[in-house]
This record gives sequence, C-alpha cells and structure tokens, in this order.
Amino acid sequence: MTVERNGRSLRPLVPWLVPVLLACPVAVGLVGVVLPAFGYLPALGGDQLSPEPFRQLFAMPGLGVSVLLSLASGLFTTAVSTLGVALFLAAFHGTSGDRLARRLMAPLLAVPHAAAAFGIAFLIAPSGLVFRLLAEPLGLERPPDLLIVGDPFGISLMAGLVAKEMPFLLLVAFAALPQADPERRMRLSASLGYGRMAGFVLTVWPGVYRQIRLPVLAVAAYASGVVDVALILGPSLPPPLAVRLVAWMNDPDLSLRFVASAGALLQLAVTGAVLLLWIAGEHLTGALRRKVAAGGRRFAEDGAARLAASVPVALAGASIFFGLSWLFVWSIAGFWAFPDILPPSAGLSTWSRVLQSAAGPMATTFLVAILSASLALVLVVFMLEARRRQFRAAAGRAVRLSPAVAGLIYLPLIVPQIAFLFGLQVTILSLGLDPSILLLVAVHLVFVAPYVALALADPWFAVDPRYERIAASLGHGAVTTLLRIRLPMLTHAVLTALAIGFATSVGQYLPTLLVGAGRLPTITTEAVALASGGNRRVIGAYALLQTLLPFLAFTLSGTLPRLLWRTRRAMKPA
Amino acid sequence: MNVHPIATREASHPASRRHPGDVALSGAEGLRLSGVEIALGGQRLLALDHAVPPGDTLTVMGPSGSGKSTLFAFVAGFLDPAFKAQGKVFLNGRDLTRLAPRRRRLGLLFQDALLFPHMSVGENLLFALSPEIRGRSRRRETAETMLAEVGLDDTFVRDPATLSGGQAARVALARTLLAEPEALLLDEPFSRLDQALRATIRDLVFSRIRERRIPAILVTHDPADAEAAGGDVVDIGDCGRTGQGAPNGEGVR
Repeated sequence: MTVERNGRSLRPLVPWLVPVLLACPVAVGLVGVVLPAFGYLPALGGDQLSPEPFRQLFAMPGLGVSVLLSLASGLFTTAVSTLGVALFLAAFHGTSGDRLARRLMAPLLAVPHAAAAFGIAFLIAPSGLVFRLLAEPLGLERPPDLLIVGDPFGISLMAGLVAKEMPFLLLVAFAALPQADPERRMRLSASLGYGRMAGFVLTVWPGVYRQIRLPVLAVAAYASGVVDVALILGPSLPPPLAVRLVAWMNDPDLSLRFVASAGALLQLAVTGAVLLLWIAGEHLTGALRRKVAAGGRRFAEDGAARLAASVPVALAGASIFFGLSWLFVWSIAGFWAFPDILPPSAGLSTWSRVLQSAAGPMATTFLVAILSASLALVLVVFMLEARRRQFRAAAGRAVRLSPAVAGLIYLPLIVPQIAFLFGLQVTILSLGLDPSILLLVAVHLVFVAPYVALALADPWFAVDPRYERIAASLGHGAVTTLLRIRLPMLTHAVLTALAIGFATSVGQYLPTLLVGAGRLPTITTEAVALASGGNRRVIGAYALLQTLLPFLAFTLSGTLPRLLWRTRRAMKPA
Repeated sequence: MNVHPIATREASHPASRRHPGDVALSGAEGLRLSGVEIALGGQRLLALDHAVPPGDTLTVMGPSGSGKSTLFAFVAGFLDPAFKAQGKVFLNGRDLTRLAPRRRRLGLLFQDALLFPHMSVGENLLFALSPEIRGRSRRRETAETMLAEVGLDDTFVRDPATLSGGQAARVALARTLLAEPEALLLDEPFSRLDQALRATIRDLVFSRIRERRIPAILVTHDPADAEAAGGDVVDIGDCGRTGQGAPNGEGVR
C-alpha cells in the first residue's frame, strides 16, 4: 500500500520544468550575444568591454534602410494576415465558403516557408507564370525588365510572408472559433439587425483574437527577423537586417562577428518595437471597435464587402497552390522559351540529377525532424500531464496551461531566432561541441516543442477526466492509464501534433545553418542556398522535395487513425 | 425510508445499528464514513458520519451544486487539493483515506457509461478483469459470463459506439463488477436514461449490489432513485455553494 501524496509541495513546479528547459537555450543565447556585442569574446581577441561593435554597426552603409525593412515586414505582414483572416471569417463563417477554406487551407500548413517563397517567386518573376499569361494581351516578346522579385521596398517579400502566414492564422482561428460561441452571438447580433460582417467583427472576433494572440505575435516576431524567405524574395541592396547579420556572422573576417552580435541586439530591439507597435495597434483597433459598437450602426448591407473579403485568403491560398504547381512544371521542363505557358518538352533529367545529390540532405532532414518531433511530444505530454494532475477533480475549473507557462513556452517563437542563435552558436563553439545530429535535434526542439504544445494542449485537456478515474478504480496505475486509455483516445491529436512538429523541424533554416555550421546540410539549407544560383529546374525539384516530407507526415497523421480505428465509430477524427 | 438530517448527527456507528438480516454485522464490515467533513476556502460544505452495511445503499441527495459530487470525489480519492477534508473512510476495516484511488477497490458508475471508445465491448471488460485470471480463453469466458449476467450475450466484439443507451449502461455495470469492487459509488447513474429504461437498469444495479453483498453510495437528486435503493437517505441540501448562508442548519453547521 503506497501513499501517493509525497512531494505535494513541489507539484506546482513540475509543469514549469519543460518550459524552463526550452527557455534555457534562449537565455544562454542572449547572454552569449550580449558579451561579444560589447566587445568581449576572448576566443577572437576581444577581452575588454567596449562600445566599438555598436559604433561599427551604426557606420554600416544602409543600416537604416535594413532596419526599416525589418520593421515594415514585421508590421505589414502581421496586419495584412490578421485583417485577411478577420475579414474572411466575418464574411464566410458558417457558410460553404468557410467549409471549403477549411479543406483547402489545411494542406498548406505542410508547405515550408522556403518552398512557398520559391513558388511565389516563380509566379511573379518577369519570366514567371503571370507575365507569360499577360504576354499575348500586352504584346510582350521578352520578359519585361522589371525588378519584381527582390524589389527594394520588400513588397514581394511581404507578399510571400502574407501568403504563408495568413493560412496559418486562419487555421489557428478555426480551432479557436468554437470557444467564442459564434452561433449564438451571430444569431443575437442578426436579431438586432446587424449585418453578418459587422455582427462577427463586433461580437465574435474579439473572443477569437484573444485566443490566437500568441500565434499572431509569433508571426510578427518571425516576419521581422526572417532570413530564408528574405533570401528568396527580399531586396538585396540592402537586405533586411537579419539577412545582413547572417552574412556578417559567416564572413571570413572574424572581427565582423562582434558587429553581428551588436546587430543581433539591434534585431531584438527592432522585433521588440514591432511587438510594441502591434500591441499599440491592438489598443487602437479595440477603441475603434468599441466606438463603432457604441454608435449602433448596423451595416446591414454588406454584400459587396463580403465578396471583397474573400480576396486576401483566396489569393494567398491560390498563390501557394499555383506556386507549387509551377515549381513542379519547372522541375520537369526541358527547354522553355518565354511566352510559352507550358514547356514544349518535359523529362526527368533534372530529377535524376537532384535525387542523387539530395539523398543525403533528405536523410538528415528526416532524422532530425522525426527525433525532435518525438522528443518534443514526450516533453509536452510530460508537461501537460503534470499540469492536469494539479486539477484532480474538476471543481468546475477548466484545466489549461497557466498564462505564465504558456508565455514561457512560446518565448522561443517571440524572441527573434537570430538574436539568440548567434549566442548559442558562440556558446556551442566555446564548449568545443562539434556539429552533430543530436545537437541539431536539441536546437530544433526549442522551436518544435512550442508548436507541439500549441497543437496538443486543447485536446489533451478536453478528455473527460472520468475515463481515467474509471481506469484507476479498476486498479490500473498512471502509466497503464496513459498508455492504454489517454494516448489511444487521443491518437488523432497526438499524430497531428507530431506532424506539426515534424513540419516545423523540416522548415527550420537559420538554426540548421548556424548550428550545423555547413556540415549538416538539410534539404532546407540546400534549397535556400540555390536561391542565388537561379537554376529554376533544380530549385523546383528541391522545393518540392522540401514540401514532400511534411506533406507525407500530415497525410500519415490524417489516415493512420482512420485505419487503426476503422471499426470504432466514436474514434473518427472530427 | 429513514431520513437523517446530518445536523442531528444520529448515532450511526455500525455497532449501534440493526438491519434485518444483518445480525452478524461487525464493526469491520461494509463502508464507514467516520467524521467526514469537507470544506472549501474555510467554508464547510458537508459533514457526514455514516455506516453502510454490505448489500445496502446509502443515498446522498441534494440539488446540483450541493456537495454531492465533492463527497463522491472524496470517497473515490479524486478530491481536488483545493478542498480540505477531515475524517476517514473505512472499507471492510481498511482505511481508504490515504490510499491511491487504484488501491481502494471501489467501483464507479457515472451518468454516462464512459465506455472506452477505442476498445470493443469485450476489451472494455477485459481491461477491468483482474490479471490474476490467466489464459486468453478463460479471461474471455469470464467476461462473456458477466455480459450474460447483465443480459447482453453476444456483444463481446461490438463497437461501444453502436450500443443503445441502455446497453451501454449495462456494459458499464458489467465492467465495474468484473473488477470485483468491495463497494460501489454511483454518481447519478440513471439520470441520462429515459423513464422506461431507468427502472430496469435501476433494478439491475441494486439487485447486483444486494446479491454480491457489497455496500454502495448513491449520489442523486431523484427521489425515485432513493426509493429504489431502499437504504438510508441523507440530504445534504443546497449548501454546496460557498458564500451562501446555510439554511436552518441542514447539512452545514
């Protein structure tokens, strides 16, 4: 007879273990970047603190433009993506358009940022699909001499980011919608005479936004410090701040590392500014919404607005879809002159070359992704179980992660990667660690685990606690109950979380580049490295291969539960 | 039907009670709630001192939001740490109070059947059956016998999602009994069943309790349940909500 009450005083701390573990690399990385930023890095001869790195940083030509580009891409991407999601839901919530979007957008989650960016580049480039279609009406015989991909204002960069982030936020919002009680609120506002869109924006959207706020802030942080998409679609003279930092960090002139570290702190400030401006914008729009609501205008006639509201989401989805299709066409194209919409000949010669060179990177990518996603799953399950066990009998209290724990676990998504990855790289080098698969897995884990937690937390806490009480009353212990009751009941949610984690790892560019130090190429680092080369056939094949792994993971996570539980009606995924 | 307002604290030590047919009842047999008091945030929710002899059912009544489910959670071992509980629960002489739920040997029945959705009916039963019964065919035979006892022959391979409400309730009872519990805890187990079915399932449950001579606690707000249970009834009143005054000393002092 064991007494299972020991350690009760420590129990509230257990859910903190995993978030603190994941936040450690962020903290270590930030410390590791602060010291060199002020000139202290004995390994490179910097042994006293000085403001010199910052002086050099601010003397860099075009630094102001780089900072502005980062600021703009953070704010603009987030604003357009969020607005697009809000408008779409307002216009189409509960309609067939909404159901269509749920079906079509879900697979887009599998597309890595780099592949999406390449696809869009192939569409909008002067020799891309858009101008091939326009060639006849406009009488073009050669690709127009326009700087579209890599335009100096970063418009195509932002468009590419929006196309990828809007579907992501839309899917997050779909998941958050039921808790905002949309049906009854829409009925109520309609009975008061409000138009559909006004009713949604004034009564339902605030409840949705509150739940998706962390992912929105993560998008803002990501877009202000993005490297891979910026290398593909962004301007180059000068590029956004984060791209310049990577160049300095990898420069043969080691003294530039001090400047890069100072720049990493500047990036931290830029991302901080983006987040603060965004939060100020939240207050502003909130005040505006209250003012409109208090005014009582009904906006009952919103038919035209509803049509317009479909455009951003449809455009984002279509650009990724057609972009990927175009990547495929390029990968099998033979000789393909400009105004031809399709290549006159096709073959597999590109693929036969690419498959040989890509096999190694594919294997590395797969190994790192499956290991980091599985490890993340174990850690997240541990954290969620620890949290759940704090609430033994639901005394009317909903179990969820405490806001502090949730904030901490999202920290690696809110702090720009580049700001702490430099410091982490310096720390790893000074510890004498060689780049290895395990090191890469550990670093990926920091970015994978938050997404796994995001995906698994709600379903995990939604399981009726009485199932486990019954299992306990039948004499089964905690481990048996976890393995035979909870995990099988959550098969679909667990596999989805695993697939999301897997896809996140596959898409990681910067951590792989910096921690792998060029010795552990993945399909993602290889694909992005092709951006400057301009061989469209090879780029097309690499970008498709990069999409293939996450796509397979999502397909498996969707079909496996159906196969496993085909004779159990109540186990059908919703 | 005996009604015991708790405030009067009628002496209810097993030794002082006489039930027809329970002449041999010793202090160790049955389920005994000894000086149980549960409080939340300094406010007492309920106080109970009662013994349930084998084969008997103690009915705890009260509207939803009273301390009924708190008492249930306390006896079963799932009480939220936010509650402060005093007193002890004895089952056949064992002190359950500090035991892990899985070592208490209590069978639970809830409003919903809560059959594990990923297991067949038979797998649900085998999950409950003691590992001491060995051998595939012997285990299956034991489970089939129990299914027959609740009137559900030939459902072993069925998907629980295809059962009717009444069938699911029977499987839930079979699953609980198969683990050979020493007492049953019933949390409004009949409230989701329609009127006609309710009486049948009620009879089935109480006849099993009497036949197996195990004590039971039934938590309900339906007087008909209490009547069918036939044992003592305790009304803990509408005192579960903190912040409300205790109405004339019933349940809460």
